[in-house]
Amino acid sequence: MDPECARLLPALCAVLADPRQPVADDTCLEKLLDWFKAVTEAGSSLLLLQENPCLVELLFHVLKPQDLSSRILSFALRLAGTFAAQENCFQYLQQGELLPGLFGEHGPLGAAAWAAPTVRSGWIQGLRSLAQHPSALLFLADSGAVDTIFSLQGDPSLFVASAAGQLLVHVLDLAMRGPAKGHGRLQAQDWPACAQRIVCHLEDCLCSEAAPRVTQALHVLTTAFGHCHGLWTQGLWVQLSPLVARLLEKDPMPAPHALVELLLSVARSSVPSSNPGLWETAAQTLSRLSPMQAGPLAAGILKLQDCPQALRTQAFGVLLRPLACVLEATAQAPGTPGLLEGAAGDPMAVDMLPPSKSACVGLLCSTLAHLELLQPLPQRPSPWPQAPLLAAAVTILRFCNGSAAPSSEVGGRLCAMLVGCVRVQRAALDFLGVLSQGLGPRELVTQVFAVLLEYLMSPDSSPTVLKKAFQATLRWLLSSAVPPGCCDLEPRAQLVLRELLAVLQKRLCSPCWEVRDSGLEFLTQMTRRWGGQAGFRQTLLASEVPKLASQLLQDPESYVRASAVAAAGQLSSQGLLAAPSSPEHPAGPQKTPLEELLLVLTTDSEGFPRRAAMRVFTEWLRDGHMAVAEDRERFMARVLQAASGDLDWEVRVQGLELALIFLQQLLGARSPGAAPPGALAQALRALCRVQLFEFAFRSLFDCDRPVAQKSCDLLLFLRAKAAPSSSPQEAGDSPDVAPVEAALQRWRAGEQGQPLGELAPEAVLAVLRSMDLEALRDTLAESSDHVERSPQSLLQDVLAAVGVLGDNEADCY
Amino acid sequence: MLDCGLDMTSTLNFLPLPLVQSPRLSNLPGWSLKDGNVFLDKELKECSGHVFVDSVPEFCLPETELIDLSTVDVILISNYHCMMALPYITEHTGFTGTVYATEPTVQIGRLLMEELVNFIERVPKAQSASLWKNKDIQRLLPSPLKDAVEVSTWRRCYTMQEVNSALSKIQLVGYSQKIELFGAVQVTPLSSGYALGSSNWIIQSHYEKVSYVSGSSLLTTHPQPMDQASLKNSDVLILTGLTQIPTANPDGMVGEFCSNLALTVRNGGNVLVPCYPSGVIYDLLECLYQYIDSAGLSSIPFYFISPVANSSLEFSQIFAEWLCHNKQTKVYLPEPPFPHAELIQTNKLKHYPSIHGDFSNDFRQPCVVFTGHPSLRFGDVVHFMELWGKSSLNTVIFTEPDFSYLEALAPYQPLAMKCIYCPIDTRLNFIQVSKLLKEVQPLHVVCPEQYTQPPPAQSHRVDLMVDCQPPAMSYRRAEVLALPFKRRYEKIEIMPELADSLVPMEIKPGISLATVSAVLHTKDNKHVLQPPPRPAQPTGGKKRKRASDDIPDCKVLKPLLSGSIPVDQFVQTLEKHGFSDIKVEDTAKGHIVLLQEAETLIQIEEDSTHIICDDDEVLRVRLRDLVLKFLQKF
Repeated sequence: MDPECARLLPALCAVLADPRQPVADDTCLEKLLDWFKAVTEAGSSLLLLQENPCLVELLFHVLKPQDLSSRILSFALRLAGTFAAQENCFQYLQQGELLPGLFGEHGPLGAAAWAAPTVRSGWIQGLRSLAQHPSALLFLADSGAVDTIFSLQGDPSLFVASAAGQLLVHVLDLAMRGPAKGHGRLQAQDWPACAQRIVCHLEDCLCSEAAPRVTQALHVLTTAFGHCHGLWTQGLWVQLSPLVARLLEKDPMPAPHALVELLLSVARSSVPSSNPGLWETAAQTLSRLSPMQAGPLAAGILKLQDCPQALRTQAFGVLLRPLACVLEATAQAPGTPGLLEGAAGDPMAVDMLPPSKSACVGLLCSTLAHLELLQPLPQRPSPWPQAPLLAAAVTILRFCNGSAAPSSEVGGRLCAMLVGCVRVQRAALDFLGVLSQGLGPRELVTQVFAVLLEYLMSPDSSPTVLKKAFQATLRWLLSSAVPPGCCDLEPRAQLVLRELLAVLQKRLCSPCWEVRDSGLEFLTQMTRRWGGQAGFRQTLLASEVPKLASQLLQDPESYVRASAVAAAGQLSSQGLLAAPSSPEHPAGPQKTPLEELLLVLTTDSEGFPRRAAMRVFTEWLRDGHMAVAEDRERFMARVLQAASGDLDWEVRVQGLELALIFLQQLLGARSPGAAPPGALAQALRALCRVQLFEFAFRSLFDCDRPVAQKSCDLLLFLRAKAAPSSSPQEAGDSPDVAPVEAALQRWRAGEQGQPLGELAPEAVLAVLRSMDLEALRDTLAESSDHVERSPQSLLQDVLAAVGVLGDNEADCY
Repeated sequence: MLDCGLDMTSTLNFLPLPLVQSPRLSNLPGWSLKDGNVFLDKELKECSGHVFVDSVPEFCLPETELIDLSTVDVILISNYHCMMALPYITEHTGFTGTVYATEPTVQIGRLLMEELVNFIERVPKAQSASLWKNKDIQRLLPSPLKDAVEVSTWRRCYTMQEVNSALSKIQLVGYSQKIELFGAVQVTPLSSGYALGSSNWIIQSHYEKVSYVSGSSLLTTHPQPMDQASLKNSDVLILTGLTQIPTANPDGMVGEFCSNLALTVRNGGNVLVPCYPSGVIYDLLECLYQYIDSAGLSSIPFYFISPVANSSLEFSQIFAEWLCHNKQTKVYLPEPPFPHAELIQTNKLKHYPSIHGDFSNDFRQPCVVFTGHPSLRFGDVVHFMELWGKSSLNTVIFTEPDFSYLEALAPYQPLAMKCIYCPIDTRLNFIQVSKLLKEVQPLHVVCPEQYTQPPPAQSHRVDLMVDCQPPAMSYRRAEVLALPFKRRYEKIEIMPELADSLVPMEIKPGISLATVSAVLHTKDNKHVLQPPPRPAQPTGGKKRKRASDDIPDCKVLKPLLSGSIPVDQFVQTLEKHGFSDIKVEDTAKGHIVLLQEAETLIQIEEDSTHIICDDDEVLRVRLRDLVLKFLQKF
């Protein structure tokens, strides 16, 4: 601990111990605890207490009956726990009977303060910190704390109850870790007394008729198997698994969700390697739970790396069953081969769909979400039933838009429940999109495109559904390339494209801005992918889409304008942008795309479109867009001028990124080391002409740190390229750097309005070399509050807040 | 009579009435029978495989055969679309009753009728076809003419004079106003949220309540929101006027409308919107008001052409109390409630009575034209269909759901212009109905048969039908239905002086009884108990003039008895009074007390006691008095 902090500590302890001076800010106490934790982890707690007796005094002070706030009491409990985590310090505190006073029956536990959840939470967290060594175990056993922890599991405060459960696991782990060392697996009767008590308690809970107690025990066990990796966990499962299995026989089954969590937690632990009985329990559970409850267990099982094939098959069956029902509901002939052989014709299976709309929708959504997550995993079930899954997704989407033809009563019910259901539509479209990773029978893929087009065309599709439909369509178009990875669209996709552009045309005119926005995003992505392909170009140019996209540069909604900028940039890159004309100015002079986007950059009142314009310009410069290549310097000068004066820091950063690319293009990014002198001189002159230096130097003092950092990187790159040997400075007289340095001084002082004027390349280089850019970079790399985050500042803040330091000098952050 | 709508789909069988001579229409070939017989070729013309009647369009009237309309006392009107047949009823059936409707309903209804009359009358047609209506000939015609029902009852449009006369019979009412009908029932209009002044009606007596729910809407459009709360506790809810396009969501359709409009105009095409002069057009103009700037269409002219365009736009602004809350508050700012005022002010929306006159000078393309009639058979719309139909740049957007757009377009085929169907029907859909019924909980729902089954074209859509418990009672055309309730009680008033004279006696806690002697006076379905007249003084031997003057005799009233006889105590009492050899038998209804010695039988039952003894009046009276001791008298 640094001396300044040590000096402030007594005053701090006095403030904390004084009930008349409440510490207003809770976060201060948290920060203090973090700091003490860091200090004790770095050194000896005992030494800390001996050198700063005020800390022990503070803890003793808390024990006195008085009107201390519950927050300070909680703080003291946690602080004591932090100190007592080291065994010698624990002994030291034990000597003074401090720990029994704080954590025993005569402490806050028996006082009125216990009613405050924050005190109970502090008590638990204090013990959690303290319980790190065998002495702590003895203390816990002797002080009766374990019983209190048991009762706190049912605490009305969820935070306290959950922390109690975790503490129990921690204590159990601590108890079992010691004897387990070197002994391998112990028999239950050899477990330490403390562990036996806890396990006994868990057994009682598991046998209890009260569902909350069962849930508590299951939560504790879930945490234990999730966080403890000792061999003892295997013994624990052997001991408790019969009780868990017995829960399955109860009707109704208590705490099904917690049970699923436990089984998955055990399955992911080391238990299954020694105890294959777990799989049997999991299989039983799968068959006992309702479809909605079984879904998470089935999905969890399928994500496991190692698990018996039979169980995986069963779990996959559980997940597929709702979709099998959907397929069956539209099957023309009963018993049509579906997702689940055998189950398809089983009337019981069809009836498994819940009768209420909300339950049915919930089941379908969660099933689709599970399968969506499963699809890309390497351990997904094999063979993956791609075709029936595709058919199921298409059928669900058709139920949702009312176009499915149900073949049974269940189908009719399903139809009534799903029509217009946006939740299911979103889930099914997401799933359909993921399924594009696999192939499907030709007629099914045709159906996929047909249903996607139906959704894109339907006036009833909500904006979010439409966005997802666009995304899924893009994925399917991408997967339709023949051969895979090729740029060309297959003939069928080409046909779809024509209809797609007709829809897109209409969607770009939608009164709903979200729809226009997703339409533009879709267009940008399509153009990026197929802009060079003749079929696509032909179809796109035959439509109104490019014209509409450039008209949307004037959209009243800034997000749409930003998307329009991106689309126009991409279309222009591919030479697909028609000259924009609106019905308002049908015969007006037509601007080039570059001018259009420059207009956005210089005049748009919102940041998003301006940022988008900068991104497009960066891309254009990088890719050598024709409009840029014509006169690169003029382009740079105009864009940099606009970007340097922009109020949005992201635009300025983008401007510096653009400048960096320009620089790299002039000086060669790939070639390491200095640039040849001739090229450098030429480049410097060009940089001066586009006024890049004024922008870069000014940005060094930008009030937004990312801008200054970017500028620093840019100038460092330039300096590295302009090695001393290649300096043009050596050839002539020493340049006059005074005006530049004067301007820099002014900017540093905040007078940003001052212009730099004409710059000589030599002067720039001289200034560049004289600047300590590395130091500046290091300063900028530190967070802006690095001074204010010091412990000293924290102590001063706490003291200042209660007026101990006289004037209020607290940092305002 | 609930509502008085006019079926105008009959006009789809007729050729359009062009405002300007149309060579195409006038040169259509006459239709001949399969055997080459051409006697109908003057009346029927053929266009792209469809046959049309070349005559003044005719309308299908409400059912007049089933009921003598002269016996109808009252017609309740729900909204301005449901009163279009009124002149036919009030002027030609001997109807002498009263029509009830709200003020905006009447005013806008007048505009709709005026427009209709104007559309038809300004294009006089010499020819009136009737030959084809002959049943034997109709059988030979192609569909849909062959299948048209009751063509003999179809009538030409009424005149303005008839309209005025019909409207003069309307009594204006306000929402929640209670109107007594002959003392028998009370009717009350409630806001239905569908159109300006549109109403649902409550018809109630003291003990029964029937709600008539016609065109209603739960969407937030311009009219006052629907009053649902007042529909609660109905014995019967008659449900009609649901959306005609249950699968089309109005919001989505408005989006579709705007997108297609913008797309056409941006390509340099014109947009034609066949519409009524009031209703959805207000909402469309409001949407466009917000949309045109964002779509970069602010320089595109919007034309609203109707003989009543001006009145419609102005009327809408003055019915503030009938508007939704948002629009009402605007009036106090003060601002016009509808933004179309601003569109007119800024010259973005222009309105004209017809295409003749000023319009032809101002007309600029590309443009958007709102005009009638949605059937495309008469009105200025016919002209624009002829004018723009040949170019694929132009678009006609159908927003009114009343007519099949394919049938409406039939006489314009072949047609190059694009056709978009965006029916905007804000009336209740089936999901809303089921929520409404759950909320209102009527004992019975009565609705047209069509609402109780999925639409024939989508038989799997069980969500597209009324779903309620108990299942709705359905009716079909010309079916007579007994509403499922019985009138059991009538309310009777008691005159104060009579009430004063009553002496109630409490027979159970909370229940008091009193005997009343009075004259029940019934007039206009109101029942009043009046004090009985005093006994007439002897008239001194004069003969009474008429038997009807006879006043009912008021005999001395015997007290009424109540209570029950406890058999054991009664037997004890008998014994005290010297009767012996008493035997009690239980029967199904009570007891029989047998006085064997006196050869007498006393039958005690729940509601009667009989003393049966053999000609011993003294004994009977003794026994009677003993029985009476156990009963209360009043």
